[in-house]
Formats: sequence, C-alpha cells, structure tokens
Amino acid sequence: MKHSLIPLESLVEPVKKQATDLQALREKLAAGRGPAFWRTLDEAAESEELREYVEQEFPGLSGQIPQGVDRRSLLKVMAASLAMAGAAACTKQPKELIVPYVRQPENIIPGLPLFYATAMPTAGYARGVLVESHLNRPTKVEGNPDHPASLGSTTIFEQGSVLNLYDPDRAEIVMREGSISNWPTFTGEFSTAAQGIVSRKGEGLAILSGATTSPTLINQMSTLLAQNPGAKWYIHEPSVNPAIRSAAKKIAGKNAFVAYDFSQADVIVSLESDFLNNGPAALAYARQYAKRRAIDNGETPVRLYAIESCPTVSGSIADHRFPVKSSAIPAIAYQLAKACSVAAPDAGTPAPDWLNAVAQDLQNSKGKCVVVPGEFQPESVHLAAWALNSALGNVGKTVRLLDGVEPDNTHTLEELTTDLNNGRIEMLLILGGNPVYTAPASLNFTTAIRKARLVIHLSQFSDETSLWSHWHVPEAHYLETWSDSRAFDGTTTIQQPLIAPLYENKSAHEVLSILLGKPDQSSHDIVKGYWQDQLKGANFEAVWKTSLHDGWIAGIAANSINAGGAVTLPPLQQPAISDLEVVFRPDPTIGDGAWSNNGWLQELPKPQSKMTWDNTVSISPKDAQRLNVTIGDMLKVTVNGRTTVGPAWILPGHVEGSVTVYFGYGRTASGRVGNNIGYNAYAIQDASTPWYAAGSISKTGEHYRLANVQETQTMAGRNPVRATELAEYRKTPNFPTAEEPPLDKATSLYPEWPYEGHKWGMTIDLNVCTGCSACIIACQAENNIAVVGKDQVARGRHMHWIRVDRYYAGNDIDDPEIYNQPVPCMHCEQAPCEVVCPVAATVHSNEGLNEMVYNRCVGTRYCSNNCPYKVRRFNFYLYSDWNTQSLYGARNPDVTVRTRGVMEKCSYCVQRIQEVKIQADKENRPIRDGEIQTACQQVCPTQAITFGDLNLKGSKVAQQQALPRNYGLLDDLNTRPRTKYLGFVRNSNEALSGNTRKS
Amino acid sequence: MATQENLKISELPEIPDPGPDEIIGPGHNYATVTERIGGIVYTPWKRWPGKWWIGAAIAFGFVNLLMLAMYVLFFRGIGTWGVNIPIGWGFAIINFVWWIGIGHAGTLISAILFLLRQDWRTSINRFSEAMTLFAVACAGMFPILHLGRPWLAYWLFPYPNSMWLWPQPRSPLEWDVFAVSTYGTVSLVFWYIGLIPDLASIRDSAPHLWQQRIYGILCLGWRGSAIHWHRYQKAYLLLAGLSTPLVLSVHTIVSFDFAISIIPGWHTTIFPPYFVAGAIYSGFAMVLTLIIPLRSWYNMRDLITLRHIDAAAKFMLGTGLIVAYGYAMEAFFAWYSGDKYESFMYWNRITGPYAVTWWLLILCNIALPQSLWSRRVRHNIGLVWVLSLVVNIGMWLERFEIVVTSLHRDFVPSSWGIYIPTKWDWATYTGTLGFFMFLIFLFVRMLPSISIFEVREVVHHLRHPREAYQEKQ
Repeated sequence: MKHSLIPLESLVEPVKKQATDLQALREKLAAGRGPAFWRTLDEAAESEELREYVEQEFPGLSGQIPQGVDRRSLLKVMAASLAMAGAAACTKQPKELIVPYVRQPENIIPGLPLFYATAMPTAGYARGVLVESHLNRPTKVEGNPDHPASLGSTTIFEQGSVLNLYDPDRAEIVMREGSISNWPTFTGEFSTAAQGIVSRKGEGLAILSGATTSPTLINQMSTLLAQNPGAKWYIHEPSVNPAIRSAAKKIAGKNAFVAYDFSQADVIVSLESDFLNNGPAALAYARQYAKRRAIDNGETPVRLYAIESCPTVSGSIADHRFPVKSSAIPAIAYQLAKACSVAAPDAGTPAPDWLNAVAQDLQNSKGKCVVVPGEFQPESVHLAAWALNSALGNVGKTVRLLDGVEPDNTHTLEELTTDLNNGRIEMLLILGGNPVYTAPASLNFTTAIRKARLVIHLSQFSDETSLWSHWHVPEAHYLETWSDSRAFDGTTTIQQPLIAPLYENKSAHEVLSILLGKPDQSSHDIVKGYWQDQLKGANFEAVWKTSLHDGWIAGIAANSINAGGAVTLPPLQQPAISDLEVVFRPDPTIGDGAWSNNGWLQELPKPQSKMTWDNTVSISPKDAQRLNVTIGDMLKVTVNGRTTVGPAWILPGHVEGSVTVYFGYGRTASGRVGNNIGYNAYAIQDASTPWYAAGSISKTGEHYRLANVQETQTMAGRNPVRATELAEYRKTPNFPTAEEPPLDKATSLYPEWPYEGHKWGMTIDLNVCTGCSACIIACQAENNIAVVGKDQVARGRHMHWIRVDRYYAGNDIDDPEIYNQPVPCMHCEQAPCEVVCPVAATVHSNEGLNEMVYNRCVGTRYCSNNCPYKVRRFNFYLYSDWNTQSLYGARNPDVTVRTRGVMEKCSYCVQRIQEVKIQADKENRPIRDGEIQTACQQVCPTQAITFGDLNLKGSKVAQQQALPRNYGLLDDLNTRPRTKYLGFVRNSNEALSGNTRKS
Repeated sequence: MATQENLKISELPEIPDPGPDEIIGPGHNYATVTERIGGIVYTPWKRWPGKWWIGAAIAFGFVNLLMLAMYVLFFRGIGTWGVNIPIGWGFAIINFVWWIGIGHAGTLISAILFLLRQDWRTSINRFSEAMTLFAVACAGMFPILHLGRPWLAYWLFPYPNSMWLWPQPRSPLEWDVFAVSTYGTVSLVFWYIGLIPDLASIRDSAPHLWQQRIYGILCLGWRGSAIHWHRYQKAYLLLAGLSTPLVLSVHTIVSFDFAISIIPGWHTTIFPPYFVAGAIYSGFAMVLTLIIPLRSWYNMRDLITLRHIDAAAKFMLGTGLIVAYGYAMEAFFAWYSGDKYESFMYWNRITGPYAVTWWLLILCNIALPQSLWSRRVRHNIGLVWVLSLVVNIGMWLERFEIVVTSLHRDFVPSSWGIYIPTKWDWATYTGTLGFFMFLIFLFVRMLPSISIFEVREVVHHLRHPREAYQEKQ
C-alpha cells in the first residue's frame, strides 16, 4: 500500500493542471472512442489528473479502473470502502444473535404491565416503590404498600422521577474536559491516577457525595477509607439541615434518628416543621396523621398547632396556625419548654399569650402528644423538642429514638472547601450532586474546586459542577442500576433496575470500584456480593429473590434506642432577627435544584402559591403593603452584602418582617427546561446561617410576568369548600348540606337512568387533604398529560386533569384559614358538557363515566365553556411532544397521546377500570372494592381520595357518600356530580377562641 | 324630460337630495334611472375613480391580512388566539354573532319591508341584501376557524358515513349549522332572483360584447315578457315569505348558543328577542354606515334620499330601545332572581376588569343613539353616519360582554381567568372587515347596487299614483 491519505502537498500546493487538449478531445469524441457521458472535459479526455485523483482517493484502484471509467465498478468499490471505513471506525461488536421467542418468557405478556419493587432514595433515604413496566420500559412509579416509608403512596418526586429517566438532556457519554471520551478510557486514566493516590495511602483524595444510606456504598467507602486512611469522605446534601442529625446524636449519644408516631397523638405542636410533606418519614407521618383526623365515628381528632413563618403543606391543614418568624422559633421552643416546666435557658422575650394555651393542651395530653421540631431549625430547637417530649412522657409512645442509618464521621462541604483552599486535595471525586450550584455563596466553592488537580464528577446531568470538572461520568438513574438504600426506620431495599442504562451511565458503586482496584465489577455484582457477605448461612438466592420481589429485606430494621440522660438545652445562640429575616427553603416542587429540568415538576403548581415555572420571594401582605409591593414586582434581596433579584409573591399567612426565598432556580446548566428561569437563592446563602439570616429587600422597579394557575384566592361568596368547627359538626353533622341543600332530584322531566351495573364514584376527604399535589403529578404521569410551558400557563392553558384549589378564608389576610380542594372531573350524571357537543365527542357511559372521545373531537370548546367546574383542558397547540424520541418511553401505552385541537379531561383512569374489569371477567368474579385505584387515589399520602362502585353494597365510596358531611360541588346546579367532597372539620382549642379563626 | 342617452355618470348633473319626504329625486324617468345606476357598472375600469382604487386596495390589504392570519392559525393552532380555559370562546364567536347580526337588516329590508309594501325600501334593498350576503360570508368563516381541528368541520354536517355516526342534535352549535347555512342559501337565492331583471337591463345596454355575454348568462335569458314578470313576482314574493321567518329564527338560534348553556350571563330566556332586536339594530347601523358614503360618492343623493336615512335611523332608534329593554331586564333579573352567580356576574360586568367595555357599551348602544329622537339629528347626515358607527361598535361590545365577561368568572373562583385578545385575533377580525369591504367595492362596480327595475317601478308609481294605490290594495 503506497499511501492511504491524500498527500499533504496536494492540499497545500495546487494540483498541477495541464490544459485539456481540446483538439485531441474533439477528435476522440468524433471517432466514437470517448465516453458516452462525461461530466467534465477532463474526464472525457481521460486526463492524467483524473487518474491521479482516483489514485489519491482510492489508492491502488486506478489500475483496476478500465479506461473510460466504469461507473458501476467505481460505485461498487466506493460503497464497499465506505462500509469498511464505517466498520473499522468502531470497536469490534461482540457477536449478538437475536432470537425470537420460541416460548414466551413467563409473565411477559405484551399489553400487560409488570410491577417491580425497588426504592428511590431522596436525600439518601429510601422510599419503597413499585414501578410499572411495559415490556421492560418503566412508565410509572407507585408506592410500595409494604414499605414503611411509602405505605403505597409517593411524593411528587417519585412520580416525576420517570421523566428524569427519559430526559433528552441527560448526560449520555463520558466527557473529558468537554470532549467526548468513553468509559474504558476513563477507567484506565482514573486507575492510573488512583494508583498514585493509593501509594500515598489516600493522601490528597477527597470524595464528596450526597447523603446516603446505601449499605453497599457505605461498605465500599469504609473499605476505601480503611485502605487509604488519608482520604476523606465529605457529604453535602443542600436541602437537609445537619442539625437534625447532630441533635439526634447528642440525644442518643450516637448516630440516631428521631421518629414520631402520630397515630397515637392527640395534640401535635409543629415548631415550623413540614412533617407531612418533608423528610424521610413524611409519607408515614401523613398516613398516621390522616388516621388521627378521622371524625365520622365519633372520634375526637388530633389537634395540630403549626408555628411557622411561611405557610407549609402541614401548616395549611393545621387547626391553629401561628405565624412566627423563623428566627423566633428557638425562643418560642424555649418558652414552650418553660411553660411545660422543662428547664430551659432564658428565651429573652416574653412568650406570646397563645403559647400558654398550647402548653396547657400539651400537658393535658401527656404521653399522647408530639412536639415536632422544624427541619430547618437549629440544634437547640431539636433538643428543646426532645426535652419537651420526654418531659411530657411521649418518648417511647409517640416519639421513638432509632439507630441512625446514615454513615457517621463524615465531613462537610465547609471542611472540603477549607481543605481545597489549603491545597490538601489533589483528586476530588464527586459522586452525585451539584456543589458548584448548591454550595452556599459564602464558601466560594467555584474558586476552591479549581485548586484540585483532578476533579471527577458523576451525575445524571452535565451541570454547573461538570463544567468545572475534568471528567464527567454520566450517572445511572435509580431505575437503571443496582443499588440499595434504607428507610428512616432501617428497612433496607435492594434497588433493582427496571431497564438497562439508556446511555453510558454508571453508578457510584462502579466508580468507587475502580478506586478499590476492581474496575470491571458491575453494580449488580457489587451489590449482590455485599449482600452475599451479609446474609451468610441462609439460602441466599431465596432471600435475595424474596427481597427483590418484596422490595425490602426481611429482618433488617433499625433498633430502638433507650435515650440516656436528659438533654441540657444550650443558651440561645442568637435572638430573633428584629429587622427583616430572609428564610431559605428548598423549592416545594424543584427541591434543591436537582429536579429543575423536569417539566412535570416545573409545571406542578407549588402547593401554597399555585405558582409554576418560577421561584418567588414570598412576602407577607403587611410587608408588601409597607413596601408598596405587588405580585410580580422584582425584589432585590440582600444578605451579608450578597444580592439576588426575584419576583415578589404576596403570601397570606406569611409572617411579617420575613421573606422566604427558594432554592432550585437560577440555574445555567440544567437543560432545556431548567435553564435561566427564576433566581438563585444559593447566591445569597451564608454557610454559617444557612436557613435564615438577617437581610433586606428593596424594589428594583421592574415587574415580572408570573405563571400562576389560580388567580382568585378566595371563595368569593361561594362555598366550594365547606368547613366547620368540631363542636358545630357534632351538633350538625350534615353541615355542608344543611344550609345549601342540593337540588331536589324530582325536578327533572325525564326518568332517571337506572345504572344497573357499575356506578363509579369518588369522594375526596377535605379533612385530610394537605394540598401536597402528588395527585396532580401522578395523574400527569398516568395519563400522558402534556407540559405546556410557562407562557401557556400564564395564558391559562395548563393541562392538569386534577387541580388542587387553594382558598383563603376568614377575616384576616395576615393569618387566613387555608383550604385545599382537589378538583378532578365530577363525572356529572347530568353533565352540561355532553349536551352542547355538536359531534358527540363527549358522552356518558352506562356506568356513569363522562367520556371524552378524542378522535371525534373537533374542538369547539363549548363543553369547557359549559362545564361549571372548569375541569376540561384543551390542546390549544400541539402540546404533546411528538418529536423527542426519548420521551416516547415515558408514555403510558394505555392512554392516547392527544393531538392539537382536542379537548381532554379526567377519565377516572378509565384504562385502570377496564384493566380490572377484564381481569375480573377472566376470573369470573365480581370486582372487589378497592381493586380499582385511580392514579390520584393511589398516590395520595393521606388517602383523601376514594374511588369505587356506588352500586356495590358496603363499598368504601358508597359508605363515604352516605356520610352526613358528604356534599357535591355546585350541586345546586342539578349536575349531580359523582365526585363528592367530605367537609372540613377544624378541631380548635376553645381556650384560644380569641385566636380561633372564624369559620 | 328628454333622455340624455350619451351622458356618462360623471357627467350627469349633480342632483341635490330631494329631502325627507321623497324617495326619489325629481325629474327621473326610466332611462335616467337605468343610466344612473347601470352606468356605474359599465364604466370601463380605466375610468374607475382613484378613490375606488385606493379604497379597494386598502380593503384588499386586509384580505391578505386575513389570509395570513388563517395561515398562522391553521399552521400553529388555535393557541395563536387569546382564548384559554375558562374563556373558551373569544373574538371568533363575538365576530360571528356580530356579522350574522349585521346581515339581518338586509333580510328585513328586502323581505319584511317588501311584504309590508314599504316602497322606500327599493333604493336600498339590493345593497342591503348584498351586505347581508357578505356579512354572512364573514360570519360563516368564524365557526370553522375557531375549531381546534378546522379540517374536520364537515363532521358537523349530517353526512352518511360507514360508522353511522351523526352529529349530536341536542347541541345548539348543530342548530347553528342549519340556521346559518339556510340563511346563507336563502339570502343568496333571494338576492340573485332580485338581480335577474337588472342583469338583463345591463346586458341590453352594456357597451362591450363580453359584458353582454357575461350578464347575458347571469340573467338566465330574461326577456322581460309578461310571463317572466308574472313568474318573477310570484317567486320573489315566495322568497320574501321564506326569508321573513329567517329574520327572526337565525339570531334566535344563535342566541341559543348562549341561552341553552348554564353559564350565568348566558342562561337567559330573554336572549332570543333581544338578540333579534340587536341584530336588526346593528344591521341598520351597518346599512347607514355604507349607504351614506355610497350615495355621496356615486352621486345618488336623488335615489337614496334623506327619507331613506331618516327611516333607517328610526329603525335604529326603535330596535335600540328593545335592546335597552333587554339590558334592563338582564339587570333586573340578576337582582330579582336572587341567584348569587347571576347577580355576581352582573356586578362583575359593571365593576370588574371589563367594566370599561360595559360602560362603553351603554354609551354606544343606549345613551348616544337617544339623540335620534331629534329630527334635526336624523337629518344631519354626518351625525347619523357617526352614530351608525357608534352603534356598530356598541353592538360589537355587547357581544364581547356576553361572551367574555360571562365566561371569565363563572362558578368556581379558582378557575377564573382573563381574556386578552392577541394580534392574530385582531388580524382575523380586521381581515374579515377588509374582506367585507372588498366585496362591497367589487359589488358596486360589478352589479347594480340599487335595484333598477324597482326604482323604475317607483318612478312609474309616482307618475300614476292611482295604480300604485290599487297595487297596494
């Protein structure tokens, strides 16, 4: 072979071109010897240049080309060489045979989903889930009813996690300094670098991860740290307050977790805790709390006092809410302790008058009450709450101390920053997380990270931190990899993957395995290997399979700890901030920013403000009035000289003299969804006072367009939510219909439709609905509901089939009653939408479903106009993404993906009804009560939603619809809604009647 | 008076308005009438006045805007408009009702006034009928454009198909399909039948062969024989009889689009009569808006006289009072019914975010037109013209009020919203205005805009009043 590339000279120097001998050519053509078709005169002349060119392009070929250039052979050879070039460019593919099913694998029936148990770790803690898989494609996450941290429900994040798996912006390949690389190259180079580190016993190695409870990972890390004593493990979990663990450690004397049991509680005092919605045990707590709010059989429900600065999900359902500055909570905690005769240092300020009543109530229910410290409160509040609980005799009853499941003796991000700045770190391995974005501004982490010689970042997205890293390794989604994690109570789940990694995704286990000198180990082998060691003796394969199947390993749980001596409360570190306090919180739907590229979560209205697509600066009505601020005015928030600018949201119930800012926005390397929206609250966060700080706000004079889904905040004289006091309820159990009775059924001229078969109905218990909005996103995931974007939401075109209305009531805008009301389609028996459709695209089924026939709909929108509940949603544009291939995987194949110009709405999850009907039919049995669960019902943490057959005697829904506090929304319109509500009953403390908000 | 055979329209002596008691100027004979009206049609295009070209060009510009708006609409979707949930209907339905209403005056003039033998209608009926037709054309576009999937609009028609799937007959939109298509068809036939004798006149005196041929085909072989006239009179009478109920039924059914629903502000029994009165109100306003410039530009003050304007203004005043009564009843029942949704809806109209449109509506539709009680105002052509515009705007605002303010705050407060029309809403609306004007511009050049033979009949009756009297008997 002479040469395979065009010689360089030919590119530099112009090819010597001889003039075509026109005369010779003319003669040749005339003689009939030339080619019949020719492109250039050169070709026709069969010039030397052509031959040279062919020789250069296809070496050795020119000799084979017969004179006159046989086009066919040329093309043949060209095609062959192209194909060979393609083949040679890749690594050799292993021989892969595809074989059709001769016998279909057991359990795989196309069209029927399978459910696999696994767990999604949130801030390290597992929530057990069951993942729906259609032909090995995960489409929907449900809670695992047997898992103590799920009990069958999930939060919004588990629901949204499916979309992250299929996110087209996920990192797909290993990148080295912005250039494409691959896993073998990375493994090689990383191993080499690691050898140097290992030879120095780990000196200069830093590993930064998020909080974790994974036994395998902790084991890997401890092995690594044992082999390399010089290495350090740092943990940074941006929206978790380390004081929770440090306080628990002080109480127990060792790594511990304080857990509560609200199912035994009569009185709960929340010191700014969103325990029903936030934290590793929130779903369990929500379930317990909901049980204790039962009132229909004469029970006395639990009473919840919420003392908080900014209204939370838990606060919205509280019987009493006391707006108090976040920085004043420590003092309140001490005052409460004193009022309950617990020794506490001086709180400095006199206790507010309502506190005595609260304390009295606590003391009246000793052993049956709980004081819950706020997740973002300092250690002193956690200690005070413990002291209170133990003085009130709650410990061992409603409060338990459990062995901690998080690793102990790890280091913090502050320490990492110091170590980096001191030049002590050579190699920084970041396992998950995005510290460049989430680090408090005061740490100047971006400066620090540059001091490391080698930064390796493992994460699902190529984010802000990836830009500052030498290597970026795409992290496997939890549905793609083997791992394990533990719940707050120690229940351990082996996370099994639902799908092979979509791209070159790797788990933290695999990356750590390189450092441990085993670069070829897969996650499966690492996790299974670990458990093989742990579960010695027993029939491991059987235990392994059972554990995978159940979603948890039997017999592993955290031990209860008997607390040692009483805690001594430290003196108050700082008094309440007297000027303006700035409170920092993770965003209700985006969290610390990790979910920012998730369209479902971006478009999910935030539980209190009903805002989408932005974070706001929440401000109290009084402060807004004082500063002449209206909703959407840009506010400059200054803390310690650092500023950020965000739009104001006036939040009734927010305490005066305080503003709340939310993390998760203002990202620059999030993806097509999350980039450049909102403001960055980390930019003003100080590591020393991370959750509240003194600051100031001022108007910039600019205005910002916000996308809010609920413009009117009050009930405007109508009573969509009907509520009363417990005492009133006891007198008039049918309070919702006592004053506003539904229209008499006899008013119709037509005979009633008999509904002889099934008669589907739903009830929503407003008494336990916290407004957490999990139903909205579960519905979105189940029913392929499109994301429309901020602009369309602002125009009133969001697509949610179920919405959660939030109303303010009462006379006091600064401390209003807050009500949440989920509104799906009412499936009216006399549906106004049906009569007005000119093409019969919305019709009534003989089981009472109001059905929408998408392919018949021409889009007059008359049905929506005539729907008094406004639950219908219209595809004003082609909202469903029909083009992005990776999103196809997330879709539920049982539900049509809607097109432009079509109306849609809640179907009571008709696909689930049909599935169960078919199953029952096959088994020749009636449908059991509770067998059909709508998506919103299944996900609901408080089980506020009940669905079933009203014709089935004794069904839960029929029982609930027979309750006196059952009422229909707008049932004076004779629409006869099938979805009914159970009225809200407030259990106010009579001693606080002065403070009791008017109902 | 001698006929002036060779006179061109521009050379005809300017004849002043004969005043409020005459329906035709003095001195007209059959030939001058033909010449005056027909002359416009066979003026060669090179001699069409510059004003016409400019006006037609502007109108055609808006036609193009309409095309562009439709292209954007079909290509991107209904989202280009300002509609949302809860305000599912916006400009499209407002404009549909407005245009349909405008058409009503034409039918009223040509059918009801014909049956009532109001001879003053002759000078304006042709023009009004054309206006009706063009207005219905504009109106008819909107129900199709406003669909989410306009290419499936034919599903609203009961065509036989293999699935045996028919439209849903309980929906008022389905009734609309029949009401509007019937109205369009009858209006077209009525207008065309009325044109036949005049088309023949033009055929006979058209200067060019091609014109003679075109108009010859269009006039369906009319020779003016006694049999022709006899048949013609019968047919016209029958069509007038057919059209008469349409004047009442079409807008009644359009009002059902609202009245059948349960939305406060829509669910009202007063809607049918109130809509019909409103339709005629706006229709006469539009007639006045158009004929006042027309009679001036085409020098037809002696054919469309102060008498016509005075009568149309009186119609406006009368129907306007019925509309005012409708408003009063709406307000009364909002209070008297004790229905919280209804009373809130009315209060919201007066004081809510769209209060400005409500007060403007009251000003335009009720307050200002009261000046028409004064004979001096009615005889002030300029003022009448301005008032006609005011009423047109007022009636458009009325439909805006009905459609938007009823929907934007209905039952559940959480779902209240705001409607802001987009530039494409305006483009479509102004586009149909341009389309309408463009058709009017073409019409006055292509066809006799005043019924020649009927005016000649008037001339005859004026000469032989006894015959006219007998005919009326």
